[in-house]
Amino acid sequence: MTERAPAWKRYGDSLALLAGLVLLWWLLSRWAGEEALTGPAETLARAQELLQSRRFHGHVTESLTALGYALLLAALGGLGLGTWLGVRRLAGQVAEPILVALYALPKITLYPVILLIFGLGLPAKVAFGAIHGIIPVTIFTLNAVRTIRPVYLKVARTLRLTPWQAFRTVWLPAALPEIVSGQRVGFALTLLGVLIGEMFASQRGVGFVLINAIGLNDVPTIMAAAFLLAVFAATVSAILLKIDRALHRRTIRA
Amino acid sequence: MAGPGTRAGAAHAVLRGVTRIFPPADRGQAPVHALGPLDLDLARGEFFAVVGPSGCGKSTLLEILAGLSAPTEGSVMFEDSAVRGSPPDGVGVVFQEDASFPWLSVWDNVAFGLRRAGIDSAETARRVDHALGFMGLTGFARAYPAQLSGGMRQRVCIARTLVLQPRLILLDEPFGALDQQTRLLMGDELLRLWRDTGATVLLITHALDEAAMLSDRIGVMSARPGRFIDMVATGWPRDRDSTIVSDAAFGEVTARLWSSLRGESLKALGAAP
Ligand SMILES: Nc1ncnc2c1ncn2[C@@H]1O[C@H](COP(=O)(O)OP(=O)(O)O)[C@@H](O)[C@H]1O
Ligand SMILES: [Mg+2]
Repeated sequence: MTERAPAWKRYGDSLALLAGLVLLWWLLSRWAGEEALTGPAETLARAQELLQSRRFHGHVTESLTALGYALLLAALGGLGLGTWLGVRRLAGQVAEPILVALYALPKITLYPVILLIFGLGLPAKVAFGAIHGIIPVTIFTLNAVRTIRPVYLKVARTLRLTPWQAFRTVWLPAALPEIVSGQRVGFALTLLGVLIGEMFASQRGVGFVLINAIGLNDVPTIMAAAFLLAVFAATVSAILLKIDRALHRRTIRA
Repeated sequence: MAGPGTRAGAAHAVLRGVTRIFPPADRGQAPVHALGPLDLDLARGEFFAVVGPSGCGKSTLLEILAGLSAPTEGSVMFEDSAVRGSPPDGVGVVFQEDASFPWLSVWDNVAFGLRRAGIDSAETARRVDHALGFMGLTGFARAYPAQLSGGMRQRVCIARTLVLQPRLILLDEPFGALDQQTRLLMGDELLRLWRDTGATVLLITHALDEAAMLSDRIGVMSARPGRFIDMVATGWPRDRDSTIVSDAAFGEVTARLWSSLRGESLKALGAAP
């Protein structure tokens, strides 16, 4: 187990990185000109405007609703499917290469099919988000369950645990660190899927705000929307990463 | 049937003609004949050690006796019921690999089996604290396995098994990760526990002195497929401890073990005896 760096050092490094990025952004906007790339201060001002507007709130609510449903499907579906495939070794062996191929496939090619099935609107966005997220969650969960050390399961058997006890007190905690890693990747991809869905076939949502601003060449709005999305995604990812790290810190690397 | 491992008296566990042949992993490979056929009677309350060259089937024997895997041929009885691929009640196992749960603290690791068995919390606390005490882990109750050395993790596993007060204790090279001094002291603790509980013990070890010091009887196994080629009764008193290593008879036992084992160890290395 490695020593953790003191708090000032960990946060100090992150802050320095952040400051560097803002500086780079500012320099780029100077160099390219405000009409091509809005600078940090103006972006922040526009973001604040957006956050205070009733219309933008509607779009945010729409996106969050779609994301919520898509996450529910991806997280729970992937967890269930991955666990099942991990326990059934043969099914897992058959399914894994298929899943990996699907993971590599650009999901955008499926978009016309989804539109045909669901039409424009919330269900299509949810479906598009969910297919992005469910595959990595399934793959991670499958591997998490499959790589549980056999000796843990032998302990469960010699202690004569019931199947439910063994699942709850051995299988699940043994697989949890990898499962959480899968959920983290799943979150990022589900968000991406929902946004792409909104950009290409929707009249509502933050993705639509973004594509609309691109159409109007409204650079400050593009930058502000992208900025707000980045803050949201980074915050959730940071929280999940923290949980992920805390769980992995206990794992013994043999 | 009187093979070298059988003995008259109240048998606690009985193995007859036990054989284990692993099917080939890939087509074209030969099956692995890992063990047997072998016979063994463990008397109730006996301390029995198994020594043998590595890869001779010791862990395979333990898994069959524990009911974790079924013998390809032969039978296993424990307390007068047949054991076949399902662990019976009253058998405790300490595995060769580290089996401590990294997601639980040391205290919770040791309490694990007691909680699953529905033992009340006061009794659980009493037994866990006691076990941590004699395993030298009291100061680490709240630590997680990742913070401990390999030897300490192995002691966590020993404690987790012993708190359940099994009537038959199977230990697979439990002191392998410990230094010599700790190993002797742990041996003393094991002897004390064995005396106090009256349990039957089967200890697998690669240390001949450890086998000689702790056991009533020692089975020497051949190179794979493992069979008993010698049975050595030590005749030690029940209230022995590690000071026995200075006894003249101790040297004789160790010497006999080594003379039985030397040829087999060479075979296991692939050399001519
Ligand atoms: N699951 C298995 N499949 C195939 N061969 C195995 C398996 N487990 C053990 N063996 C083989 O059986 C032999 C005995 O193994 P083991 O009982 O672990 O030996 P020991 O504990 O005495 O070192 C070894 O040659 C090993 O490679
Ligand atoms: Mg072994």
